[in-house]
Amino acid sequence: MLSSNRLSGLIALLLAAIVIGGCSSTATAPVDQQEPVSEPPVAAAPVEEAEEPSDFADDGITPVDASGRPLSRSFYFGYDTAVLNPADLAALEMHAQILRRNADKSVVIEGHCDERGTREYNLALGERRAEVVKSFLTSAGVRSRQIETVSFGEERPADPGHTESAWALNRRAVLSYR
Amino acid sequence: MQGIRALMRTAGWLLTVMVLASNAHAENSLDTIIIDRGVDEPIRIAVVPFAIDVNSAANAAALNDLPNPSDIVAFDLARSGQFDPMAKENMLSLPARSSEVFYRDWRILRTAYLVIGRVEALRNDSMRMSFELYDVAGRRQLRAREYLIGVDQWRDAAHQIADIIYAEITGVRGAFSSKIMYVLAQNAGTPDARYRLEIADADGQRARTLFSSPQPILSASWAPDGQRVAYVSFETGRPSIILQDVDGPYREQLTAFRGINGSPVFSPDGRHLAMVLSRDGDPEIFTMNLQTRKLRRITRHRAIDTEPSWSPDGERLIFTSDRGGRPQIYQVELATNFVERLTFVGDYNARARLLPDGQHLVFVHRRDGVFHIAWQDLERDNILVLTQTNLDESPSLSPNGSMLIYATQYQGRGILGVVSIDGRVKYRLPSSVGDVREPAWSPFLQNVVD
Repeated sequence: MLSSNRLSGLIALLLAAIVIGGCSSTATAPVDQQEPVSEPPVAAAPVEEAEEPSDFADDGITPVDASGRPLSRSFYFGYDTAVLNPADLAALEMHAQILRRNADKSVVIEGHCDERGTREYNLALGERRAEVVKSFLTSAGVRSRQIETVSFGEERPADPGHTESAWALNRRAVLSYR
Repeated sequence: MQGIRALMRTAGWLLTVMVLASNAHAENSLDTIIIDRGVDEPIRIAVVPFAIDVNSAANAAALNDLPNPSDIVAFDLARSGQFDPMAKENMLSLPARSSEVFYRDWRILRTAYLVIGRVEALRNDSMRMSFELYDVAGRRQLRAREYLIGVDQWRDAAHQIADIIYAEITGVRGAFSSKIMYVLAQNAGTPDARYRLEIADADGQRARTLFSSPQPILSASWAPDGQRVAYVSFETGRPSIILQDVDGPYREQLTAFRGINGSPVFSPDGRHLAMVLSRDGDPEIFTMNLQTRKLRRITRHRAIDTEPSWSPDGERLIFTSDRGGRPQIYQVELATNFVERLTFVGDYNARARLLPDGQHLVFVHRRDGVFHIAWQDLERDNILVLTQTNLDESPSLSPNGSMLIYATQYQGRGILGVVSIDGRVKYRLPSSVGDVREPAWSPFLQNVVD
């Protein structure tokens, strides 16, 4: 998990990344790890015409990458922010691609918060997080009718603990396909 | 409920059922632990154990599980922080009628006030509970009253006695007969999660479940007549506002718009419900006319606008907004839609409630990264932090404005805390069976017995 310090250090950068959306990011991150991928869905293009690998696992609702590995469906946020982490943009672009290719599929984006702050304010903040993911997907060409958002605020923690690491896991948006 | 009570009076064996039921209550009841007895010189009062003469076997069995009314009255007064009830062991005599009161016994003990009482059995398993309040220095009786009660009204009568004593001595209406509503969450964050909307006596006793769901419940609030409540339920997988009877069968999903349906709060006249809807794209404050169901949009801003609450005169709403960059408290005049910011100290102020005087706010205030309940004088802008714990939220005022209940955490558990409005008296109400949160203190309710 990213420490919240490191996350907050990213904030200025993140705003820029959002505006740029799924396109390549030229910002130089002050951190060692994954800069956003420059050519987003490289892997997908050549494979596609071969034998149409499924975008979903056998259950029909778990999105997978070209090699069949489940895509990450949870995206994490800094404290009291609703700004996407640049490191997540490539994965979100893969979700966008899958949704573009599968117009019959829809996705529910849940927004969640950690327990700090008031419950109704967190309901609003969770909605903002879900909406940020939604607007990334729609600006990447996904039909908005394929997307629903719902905020659970702080009501459904992924980790019921009361520590920084539990909180970091709880500040999230989760994509569920149906 | 009324029907059950009527039955109980005629059929003695049913009382046994009632005893079992009240034991079931006790299991869910909140504990009450006084942690800080604030007032420097609390009023000294002696509440003598009531003489109980109940010859009916059924009543006697039922009474085994009930405390002496004097314990209920003394504990009510002690929780207010303004009274220091004398321990029974220190009393020199235990009078139960006026002829047995010797003022000198109580003057020696430097007791300012004396309460005596008794319970007598009547026919049909009903009882008469009576009390007398004496001014020891003035050597006179201040009040006396009696109530005809069934065994299930034992606690109601005792709380009403405490209300009368409190009002007689302090001049402020007592709120011991009021109720508290809260959410009891069990296994939250697991597949076995269970959320219960509960109502209990103000001392945490006699809890009962109003609604139970595997999905979250929050933001419960009382109608001003105390007969209905509104709350947010995720029972459909999405938030919706529910309106429900406290005692009757009525329950209705009032709103289920796209997005947030939150923060329902009744207007002081009970005719409107303020709420938050994000159906237009982002969270905005609305009011709904409960008669016509017509919605009126109050705020228009791209920021988060949430957590509305009414001024006592019903002419303004206060609410939380991050339109200035950070959550702060604002108010809006309903006649003009004129918006004004109210809090300026700190970078997180939210979920405010106005005191009955309309001049003071209580709200959630973050200081050094820690969430407290704070109080602010609107004219002078000064802030008083009332609670020293962390993650304090959801302040709700007692109907007489003297105490406030809030949610906090203690040893990793969600519990309720109560603090006097001057910050000096504190007690907490933990539950042994789960996390308790989202408290809402009822308005003054109609007396159960008279």
